[in-house]
Amino acid sequence: MSAPTVLSLRGATKRFGGLVAVSDLDFDVTEHEVMGLIGPNGSGKSTTLNLISGALPVTSGTITLRGTPITALSAQAIARRGVARTFQLVRLLPSMTVLDNVRAGAVFGHRRRWGHEAEAHAMRMLETVGLQRRAQAHVGELTYIDTKRVELARVLASDPKVLLLDEWLAGLNPTELEEGIALIRRLRDEGLTIILVEHVMDAIRSLCDRCVVMSSGTRIAEGTPEEVLSDPEVIRAYLGDDEDA
Amino acid sequence: MSARDWQGLSISAVLLALAACLPLLGDDYYLTIGVTIAMYTVLATSWALFSGPTHYISLATAAFFGLGTYCTALGIENGLSYWMTLPIAAVLGALVAGLVGIATLRLSGVYFVIFTLGLSELVRQIVTWAQNVSGQKGLYVLTEITEAHIYWQLLGLGALVYLAGWAIGRSRLGFALRIIGDDEEVARHSGINTARAKVLLFMVSGATASVVGGMLAPRYIYIEPSTAFTPMLSFLVVIMALLGGVGRLWGPIVGVIPFTLLWEAISASFPNQTTLLLGFSFLVIVYLLPRGFVGLLEGLRRRVLQREAYA
Repeated sequence: MSAPTVLSLRGATKRFGGLVAVSDLDFDVTEHEVMGLIGPNGSGKSTTLNLISGALPVTSGTITLRGTPITALSAQAIARRGVARTFQLVRLLPSMTVLDNVRAGAVFGHRRRWGHEAEAHAMRMLETVGLQRRAQAHVGELTYIDTKRVELARVLASDPKVLLLDEWLAGLNPTELEEGIALIRRLRDEGLTIILVEHVMDAIRSLCDRCVVMSSGTRIAEGTPEEVLSDPEVIRAYLGDDEDA
Repeated sequence: MSARDWQGLSISAVLLALAACLPLLGDDYYLTIGVTIAMYTVLATSWALFSGPTHYISLATAAFFGLGTYCTALGIENGLSYWMTLPIAAVLGALVAGLVGIATLRLSGVYFVIFTLGLSELVRQIVTWAQNVSGQKGLYVLTEITEAHIYWQLLGLGALVYLAGWAIGRSRLGFALRIIGDDEEVARHSGINTARAKVLLFMVSGATASVVGGMLAPRYIYIEPSTAFTPMLSFLVVIMALLGGVGRLWGPIVGVIPFTLLWEAISASFPNQTTLLLGFSFLVIVYLLPRGFVGLLEGLRRRVLQREAYA
């Protein structure tokens, strides 16, 4: 592949006491790529995102962003370098309006804005996710999908280069899912590099250029969605051995 | 600045000018209450600058206050002019707050509360120990400064605190603190240096409390650790600020005035029942006024506006 590598993990390991949540994980993400991180529950996908975003410190191994190590950096330093994330359980700022939530990303992110510029940028991001009419609403009044949209708008407002989406499409109904998939595709077309932790197979098939499959903290397969989803080892990881059935 | 800012500023200036006329009444009793109100207003407002947005409840006010008191007393004893001791108290308060902040602002919730309470006690014990070692019991602070001077100084400091609070509220730092108060995890992942923002504001409130302590030193005349570092001060500041409401800059003063008057009335006729008032106020805040008088007033205003909208 000729596209430059944006993010790479080498031997990334996370231990919680005796439990190894992520073990010796290697992978690369190239520019403008949507990479799916998939695997059964508890396989270490979310922990991997937490290691990349700096929410958790790495036990051993290195993570590099465009060749610069970010392994030892704090979450805020990684965010300022242009890696932004959503959370598995949506996290909004409950005391603020929708617009102020998004402004938080615009003011403190990778590119820092203030005043009218930050507000105009936040409004543009709300338009991107289709929420411009709810700008003055309080986040408590929103439906579930709208809270996810606000979170995404906040993350986008920081002008990230790498976007980490932790099950952003989970819990949506079929219409919302279609909208969500279209939105992520548009972001990729606009030049973002995206890592997607996801369980929704339709989304993985239609969005991901490449997938890394994890099981028990290790990488068990890598390739296009068609390749990995027909890999016998992946099917065994998801469905269990014949003997168990 | 918008028209509303100018309006707020001119109303505040008029109120400040009116308040500054109090000593001209010539009534010592009112002036004494005025000093107490001004002192708690400055302490509670600067406390709320930090604790309001971040929800970190600090019980360290007494530590900074006592630090400032001792700074002024020791300074005067060693030949410094009174006016020199106040900036020293400010710098010292900010420094100690910075060190304490770096060490403790990682603690969350109740751990931070307990630590700050322990800090006041620790500083008090150290000062007591130092005095015992040096053979001194207490310190005399003898100056020409009158009650009216103290009152005017506190008003001036109060104006500074309000200006600082107003400026912080409109700055990136103020916005960062509101985000931290809502969700620290989001704040960090949005690129906010959460530790720096919290430590900076803690330093502002520590320095202010220290200067207030320095200004009050001449009033006490004789200082010893048990008066300068009384834990009751920390609790009173928290109760008054929460009673007024910490969501607005003008919130704490709305709590300070009625509480101080009530406190004075109760101490005069039932001196042993003041702790009861403290406990009772706390219950009222928790059960009836979780957002303080500010929350009550804003709730009423919203209801009136809605009624007008329907009419």
